[in-house]
Amino acid sequence: MNTTKNSAQHGAAGEPLIQIRGLSFRRGARIIFDRVDLDIPRGRITAVMGPSGTGKTTLLKLISGVLRPQAGSIKVAGQEVTTLSRTGLYALRKQIGMLFQSGALLTDLNVFDNVAYPVREHTNLSPALLRSLVLMKLQAVGLRGARDLMANELSGGMARRVALARAIALDPMLILYDEPFTGQDPISMGILTRLISSLNRALGLTSLVVSHDIHETCRIADYAYVIAQGKVIGHGKPDDLLASTEPMVHQFLSGEADGPVHFHYPAPGYRDDLLAPAS
Amino acid sequence: MSGLLQGLGARTLDGLARLGRAGLFLLPLLAAVPAQFLAPRRLARQVLSVGVLSLVIILVSGLFVGMVLGLQGYNTLVDFGSESSLGIVVALSLVRELGPVLSALLFAGRAGSALTAEIGLMKATEQLSALEMMAVDPFRRVLAPRWLAGFISLPLLAAVFSAVGILGGYLVGVKLLGLDPAPYWSHMENGVDFFDDILNGVIKSVVFGAVVTWIAVFEGYDAVPTAEGVGRATTRTVVTASLAVLGADFLLTALMFGEP
Amino acid sequence: MQSRTVELWVGLFVALGLAALAFLSVRASNLAEYRDGDAYTVVARFENIGSLRVRAPVTVAGVRVGRVEAIDFDNEQFKAVVKLAITARYNNLPQDTVAAIRTAGLIGEQFIGLDPGGAPDPLKDGDEIEITQSALVIEQLIGQFLYGQAGKSDTDGGK
Repeated sequence: MNTTKNSAQHGAAGEPLIQIRGLSFRRGARIIFDRVDLDIPRGRITAVMGPSGTGKTTLLKLISGVLRPQAGSIKVAGQEVTTLSRTGLYALRKQIGMLFQSGALLTDLNVFDNVAYPVREHTNLSPALLRSLVLMKLQAVGLRGARDLMANELSGGMARRVALARAIALDPMLILYDEPFTGQDPISMGILTRLISSLNRALGLTSLVVSHDIHETCRIADYAYVIAQGKVIGHGKPDDLLASTEPMVHQFLSGEADGPVHFHYPAPGYRDDLLAPAS
Repeated sequence: MSGLLQGLGARTLDGLARLGRAGLFLLPLLAAVPAQFLAPRRLARQVLSVGVLSLVIILVSGLFVGMVLGLQGYNTLVDFGSESSLGIVVALSLVRELGPVLSALLFAGRAGSALTAEIGLMKATEQLSALEMMAVDPFRRVLAPRWLAGFISLPLLAAVFSAVGILGGYLVGVKLLGLDPAPYWSHMENGVDFFDDILNGVIKSVVFGAVVTWIAVFEGYDAVPTAEGVGRATTRTVVTASLAVLGADFLLTALMFGEP
Repeated sequence: MQSRTVELWVGLFVALGLAALAFLSVRASNLAEYRDGDAYTVVARFENIGSLRVRAPVTVAGVRVGRVEAIDFDNEQFKAVVKLAITARYNNLPQDTVAAIRTAGLIGEQFIGLDPGGAPDPLKDGDEIEITQSALVIEQLIGQFLYGQAGKSDTDGGK
């Protein structure tokens, strides 16, 4: 199941933007990824789902080179991330936008300056051009009027939208979304979902969404991977996955309380435990 | 018993590991310092939050310490009939020791802990990761400006502390206890050596500034990114920086004022 | 906070710090003594320099005219060789000036007091002060006193 590659799906979009082969990552004694293979196709929204703690955020860190795996290869746009130098990594990251779970805006700046930040750092645009660029990005996420608010005056949903504007500021080729739907009210959720899809189509981006919100994710994803216990246990188009009969995939996608992931934490026999003398 | 020893061993290894990380942290930190002068506005902002806002506590403390020195000095000197030497006693105590050391301790408590908390919070809210993802060096943008600000501010604060303290001693000695003002200043002017005393005191406060701010910035960067972790890091900053100041003070004093 | 205000406060802070440093340097230390300008060097040898230190003052008639620049040891004559730096404008000291090591107060720091003689030629850079008076050593004084007392009682007893 790990090695099935759906080449028909890639044919239209060409080479996958991200190619992961044999990825193995361990944190201490815990195995996070065990010889995982993944393909993220260009120009599409791909989802990576799985139970909490399976290392979905870790995957994003591995792709962007923040973490190095113990084994395996991660190719982004043909470049092998695991062996890139510091300068090479920084050059790569200019082409990747990342949306953090909490937005991660710089709290001492206002909205405008936050979005302008990567542009100011990496380009030499004139103030007039910079202003136009920032306003366009803010317009795309619907927050052009909020440009003068301080970052810590924003609600969670608005902060995430500003962070999204910042992530697309340099017109990256790839955007990584780390749990974008967590803790959002339905309206913000709807806005965000709409933004992710429309931006992806409008800008021709490749989007990688990491989430455990099945409903929203399956709504916008073109392709999805389900990862549990360090391995890919299923992948395919969202509709195909939802109809899967594989027990682990099924339990996760339908939210069943008990199944391959047990309800009860391992414990000695119930009867014996109750009847044991109190010590 | 073995549990105690084990705990002690674990803490020691922990401490050594932390020291190692702090040392490795220092290299990129110092490397990012020269670039700070290209962004004077950002540096000025940091000097404001680190230096200017510490000014009040330094002024008040300096004044009180100087006044106490005046009182205590007078009480002791009057027995020897040497109360006219009060000026030089107050000045030397402040300039050589109390000025640099006390301002460093106060600085560690007020500005140092604030720095750790601020940086720790940035780590916890993923701002540091966001900067890295935007291909911005967090050392250049966040850490080095804060360190440089502390390095610049503490010597200035120590000088203010000593100056205000000398004035405090003057207030107590001359205005309160009725000493003659002329010998207060003239004995001081003759007895306090510019190179041996003032310059050495400045060197001390420069060293303290470098060390205290380094510890404060490192602990924030190294903090566990949770509310509890940031709180613990802040405490560690105050404790470690204070001990480091006192230890460095001993070394420097032995070097500077010891017998040749 | 507005950039203007920030700059203002920081400027004020730095100005205050520098003012404090200036105050300490000028009003609270002996910086003035270092602004003596050019000086010429004169050498004096002593049997015993007591606790004289480098940078100790050199005075004439109680007025500071220079400082001790270096203290060396002559391995052949077994004397202390003291280099005095005297401010250039005090260039009229006669060749037979006496250099004595004195103590400020009873237990203060030691300094060099110059007593001018009457020779016509002044001391120049590189000259040596011939007549010197070493520091008083308390033990020798006490010894002399006791010895003197013992001698007196002898003469009394001899009557």
